[in-house]
This record gives sequence, C-alpha cells and structure tokens, in this order.
Amino acid sequence: MSATGRPAADQRPGAVRRALAGVRWYARELSGEGRWDAYLARCEREGTEPMSRRAFERHRDDHRESSTQGRCC
Amino acid sequence: MSTSTTSRPSGPAPQPSRDTGRMTPRSIAVWVAVALVGAVCWTVLALSRGESVSALWILFAALSSYLIAYRFYSRFIARRVLRLDDTRATPAERLENGSDFEVTDRRVLFGHHFAAIAGAGPLVGPVLAAQMGYLPGTVWIIVGVIFAGAVQDMVVLFLSMRRDGKSLGQMVREEIGVVGGTAALIAVFAIMIIILAVLALVVVNALAESPWGVFSIGLTIPIALFMGVYLRFLRPGRVLETTAIGVVLLLLAIVGGGYVETWGLGESLTLSKETLTVALVGYGFVASILPVWMLLTPRDYLSTFMKIGVILLLAVGLVLARPVLQNDAVTSFATDGDGPVFAGQLFPFLFITIACGALSGFHALIASGTTPKMVAKESQIRMIGYGGMLMESFVAISALIAASVIDQGLYFAINAPAGVTGGTIDGAVQFVNGLGMTLTPDQLQAATDSVEEELVSRTGGAPTLAFGISTIFSDAFGGGLAAFWYHFAIMFEALFILTAVDAGTRVGRFMLQDTVGNVWPRFGDTSWKPAAWLSSAAVVACWGYMLYVGVTDPLGGINQLFPLFGIANQLLAAIALTLCVTLFLKHGWTRWVWVPAVPLAWDLVTTMTASYQKVFSDNPAIGYFAQADRYRTARDAGEVLAPAADPSQMDTVVFNSTVNGVLQASFALLVIVIVANAALIWVRALRAGSLPTTEVPAVPSQLVAPADFVATAEEKRAVAEWEAQRTETVGSGR
Repeated sequence: MSATGRPAADQRPGAVRRALAGVRWYARELSGEGRWDAYLARCEREGTEPMSRRAFERHRDDHRESSTQGRCC
Repeated sequence: MSTSTTSRPSGPAPQPSRDTGRMTPRSIAVWVAVALVGAVCWTVLALSRGESVSALWILFAALSSYLIAYRFYSRFIARRVLRLDDTRATPAERLENGSDFEVTDRRVLFGHHFAAIAGAGPLVGPVLAAQMGYLPGTVWIIVGVIFAGAVQDMVVLFLSMRRDGKSLGQMVREEIGVVGGTAALIAVFAIMIIILAVLALVVVNALAESPWGVFSIGLTIPIALFMGVYLRFLRPGRVLETTAIGVVLLLLAIVGGGYVETWGLGESLTLSKETLTVALVGYGFVASILPVWMLLTPRDYLSTFMKIGVILLLAVGLVLARPVLQNDAVTSFATDGDGPVFAGQLFPFLFITIACGALSGFHALIASGTTPKMVAKESQIRMIGYGGMLMESFVAISALIAASVIDQGLYFAINAPAGVTGGTIDGAVQFVNGLGMTLTPDQLQAATDSVEEELVSRTGGAPTLAFGISTIFSDAFGGGLAAFWYHFAIMFEALFILTAVDAGTRVGRFMLQDTVGNVWPRFGDTSWKPAAWLSSAAVVACWGYMLYVGVTDPLGGINQLFPLFGIANQLLAAIALTLCVTLFLKHGWTRWVWVPAVPLAWDLVTTMTASYQKVFSDNPAIGYFAQADRYRTARDAGEVLAPAADPSQMDTVVFNSTVNGVLQASFALLVIVIVANAALIWVRALRAGSLPTTEVPAVPSQLVAPADFVATAEEKRAVAEWEAQRTETVGSGR
C-alpha cells in the first residue's frame, strides 16, 4: 500500500472512468485484496521470488488469528 | 507500493508546507455560505414548534456544523494544541514490519478506522432517546461530537501514536499509576461484557417471534462459512469477488425470509427469547474458537460493505424522501422523566442514552489499538480521528431522523415494554392513548401488515429503526417493498452486532489470557487450546449471563440494561479523557488543557449524576436498589406487583435489580479510583510545570504524504518530487 496516493490506474482523461477506477482502487485497498499486488511489486523491486498466492493469504490469515480487532458498539 | 527501508534515501524528506497563510476570498465565501446554511437550519429547528418540520433541516444543520467544526476546530487542535509534526516519523514508518505496523494510505485507514468504531450503538441510542423529542438528541449528538467525542478519538489516537500504539490500559498504567491502571483494566473488561450483553439483547429482541428475521440472519452463518471456505481454498485472496457473492446471497436470504410461512417453516423458526439466548451464547462460543478465516473475517467483509452501502443509501433516501418529522421537538418525558422507553429526565439520562454518535469511550480502545500503528503521517490523525467520529455522528443523526419520522403513537407502541402493553394490539393502543397520543388499532394493524412483522413492544431500537428506514426507503425508491426494507434493516443491524459479538468475545478472551498469563505464563499462550477454550467460555458465560438477565427481566431488559450500557460506555470515555488531561499536564500544555478537560468535566458530571441516581434514587423507576426494595417488600407481604405475573417473577426483579445496582456502583467506583489517582499526578505535574512521559523520541520522517481527504496542489507537488527523488536514489543505489 502506498502512502503517496493512488497510482493513476487510467491515464486517459474521462471523469467517469477515473471515478470508477478510483472506486475500484478503494474497494481493493479497503478489503486488503490489493495487498497481493503490493507484495508482488515489492518482490520484483527486491528481486526475490514471490510465494504462491495461497501461501501468502494463509500467512495473512495466521496473522489475523492473533490480532483480532475489537468492533465497537 | 510498500516503502521498504532499503529503498529510502538518507536524510529527512522535505515536508510540504501546511501553512497556507490567509484564507483566499473564495474560501472565505464558501465558509460564510456553509455557516449561513447552518445558521438557517438551526434557527428553523429552534423556532419551529407544532408546525410540520422537514427532517432535512436536521440533516443540513448537522452537515454544516460538522464541516465548520472539522475545518476550524479540528485544525486548531491539530496545529496549535497537539502541534502535529510531519517531520517526525510515525510508528508505522519507524517500525514497519508488514503486519501490525504498516504505512497505510490515509483514505484506506479512514475506512478501516470507521468500520471499527461504527456499529449498532449509534443506531440504537438515538432511537431510544427520541422519546424525549428530536431536538435534545440532535443538539447533543452534534455539540457532543464536536467538543467531546471527536476530540477524544483524535487525542487518544495522537497519544497512542506517539507511544508506538500502546493500548489505553497500558497508557493509564504507565502514565497514571498501577492503581489506576489496574482499575482501568477491570473497568475495560467489565464494560465490554455489558456492551456485548446489551448488543446481543438488541438482536434477541429483534429476532424473537420473527421467523423471517431468524431465517435470514440464521443464513448469514452458512453464507459466511461458504465465503470463508471459498477464500481459503478455492480463490485465495479474491475478497471483492467473494464479498459480491456474499452480498447477493444475503439479499436472497432476506427475500427468501418472506416465504418461510409458505414453505411451512414458520412454526419451527418462531423462536422465543430464551431459545434465542441459548442459541446466541452457543454461537458466540463456537465463533470465538473457530479459526478467524472461517467466520469472523468473511462476515467482517460483509458487514463493512453493508455498513458503507446502507449509510450512503440512507443519506440518498432521506434527501429523496424529504420526510416530515412526526416527533415533537421536546416531549414531556424530557422534563418529567416518566418515559416508557427508559426512565429519567433529560439531564442526565439523555447524555448516557446517546453514547455512540456523540461521545463513545469504546472508541478509545480502537484509537489506541490497530489504527495508530498504521498512520503514515502525524497530520493525518485529524481526518482519521476527528473525521471518523464525525462520520459516526452522522450515522447517529440519520438514526434519530428515522425514529422521528414515524408516527409517534406507533413509536411508543413499538418501544414500550411488554409489561405495560401486554404485547397485544389492543393493549398497546390503550397504553399509547393513555399517554395522550392518538393511535387506532387499525393504524397499528396496517403498520404490522406492511412489514409482515409483529410490532408491539419490539424494544431495543432495532425494529423501530428498521420501521423508520423502511418508511423512508419506500417513499424514496417506490413502494411495495416495505417488508423487504424492514428485514433488510434488521439484517444490517444484526450483521454488525454479530460481528461485534464475535470480535468482542475474542478480544475479551485475549485480555483474560493476557491477565492470567502474568501469573501462569502458559495460560497466556493464545495458541494453547485449553486456555483459549476456557477463557472463551468464561467470557461468553459473563455476557451470556447478563443477556439472560435482560431477556427474563419482567420490567423489560432494554429498559433495565440500556442505562447500564450507556453509563459504562461514558465511564470508559471518562477514563480516556482523564488520560488525555493527565498527559496534557505532564507535557506542560496547561494552556490547552481545557480541550480535553471541558468534555471530561461534562462527562463526569452527567455519568456520575446518572450513576448516583441509578444507585441512590428512591424512585423505583430509576434507582436499582429502590426498585429491588419495592419488589422485596411487596413479595414479603405476599403481593405480586405488575408487570411481574407471579412470585417467581417478583424474585427475578429483586435479584436482577440488585445485580444491576451492584454493577452500576462498581463501575462508578472504578472510575473514581482512576480519576483520584490521576488527580495526584495532575497536582504533581502542575507544581513541576511538566513531568517526563513515555513519549517516544522524535525520529526524522522520510515519507511525504498528503494530510487531508483531498490533497492540495502543493502536497501533490511535494509527493511527486519526493517519489521522483526516491526512484532516482533507488536506481543509483543498484
């Protein structure tokens, strides 16, 4: 995930397309789905071999197991 | 993109200047316009009595007040009071480990934080408080959030962020003392149990004798399990696709609920409150020991997307339907304190009934939990802490509107406990007419038929809200679907609550294991099954017991337990604000101490008055012990007092009221201990000018990111420059 703002998913102008790309980006980031892309990008940057998607998601499940966040009333 | 340490250029990154100097004429014009809209809306609300008032006045009074508060007050707190410093690295930047600590986009973190703080609380409290009229609730929700709730969330988030994401309990122990810290630990645990019990009670009351509701909510469990398996084995990581399937199944489950009678399932799905209690307790236990991927995670996805969807839908629906308020501005229950929904006068009981939405102590646990470990830049805590709470307040305002646009005779027929309505249409009509409101049996029957659900004495707030939402949506989006919208709204609330119950039980389990682990280290190992099961069972037993107390109470569980819930939540806020005041004084920020001290004083005055009345009032409708006494005396004289129907129910009242009274008194005492402990530190800090705190020393930040929802041109430029420079450095480094 980037701290710097979302990557321009669509370079062509077009307000509707840009808005839709923005919504899609937000939904992917909010749900954590985008984490996989971020991981692949990092592996590429660092020149390491990425693990399989299944293994990656297992790893995230294991982490969630021990770090449940309370939900408020 | 993750920012890994290897790719960082050395030296601090130049931060965009946040100081824009004078306001431009255009921005002055915009803010004058917002202020004018707000002033007009408030004037209309203040002056209208008796004539028909559109609900949109409330909506726009709220929105313009939020905008002004965010633009000016939160900015003042960010710059002058807390002096947020973007040259200073946040824990997410310094300690990034890809799991707990992670630099997160501000808008995404806002979504996570909001999903964690907003639940059923802001939906239920305002609905109950509508018995005092729409005006007191509106004023408290808006003024409360601006000066208390949002301030608490933002300051606690700031304090925790400056301490590497320490929890509220840890901070109280380290900054106030061991006595206060221990009291805080006990208080947090006990308060959480009450909150879980009351939330569960809301679900039980909404689902009892409702085969449609039981069918559709029951199906959320297999739907979530299916989603869990799908995500784990079939399509790992495809969350959006899985959630979309889940939402479709959820809608089908709501539609399908309408056919349970046709399918001959009506009888077997008509469950009593007692059966539902047993089912919910069993479910809570199993859910908290199952792996999270099976149930908790997928249901969290569903509830997060439902939450955002329904809030947007509700805002659009209100604007389209433009409903007229049926409620009075202020009812006689506000002054006389004899309302059937909950007893007591406006002061102090309004302020503990509407907790979430105005000021909610529970948020301090979230603001000192996951969120502070993910903030990218210090300046972002303004939009996340303050902005997130404003959004929750907006949810509360919507709920208040939904409860105020339904016919008020109907409102009281739904919300008066079964003890006074007898649970029948005739009984309810008679009771409501006795209150001086007009309601005919035909009207009540027509309402019942329209949503295909019994409405008399469906206390707990959820059915009222569902009825209000169904009315608004039917008006806004075309009729004929009232029953669907009603059950859609029930589903929406039950989904939050079940997620809160799962997550709360699990968090309670971790707290218990952690505490016992201090004495017996093995028990603290969260992966050791016997400890996990034992502590889960203990947590479930605690809230399950309180839930049972509420369900079986002849006086009406919501009537009896909701004040306990509200006071507990506000006492937690008192603990959080006490910590804020303590740290302001220890840092030597005496000049600004009023920022957390004024809300603390107000919160202590209201909650301590409410606690005092609940414990010592000799009015049996208010004081728990007076109530127990009254029923004990009658029982000993061989009498049976309504609404109890037999001697054993008399015993139940005596016992329950005593339990509630003891809990109430203990909560208040714990908070007094914490405040007294803190007061010692205040005196020492004031004498010394300042005291050392556990704040982590500043480390220069190498990140650049915008501060607010929308990036300014200058911020965009600074980010672009920084990214270009970063790529260059990485390129030359390889």
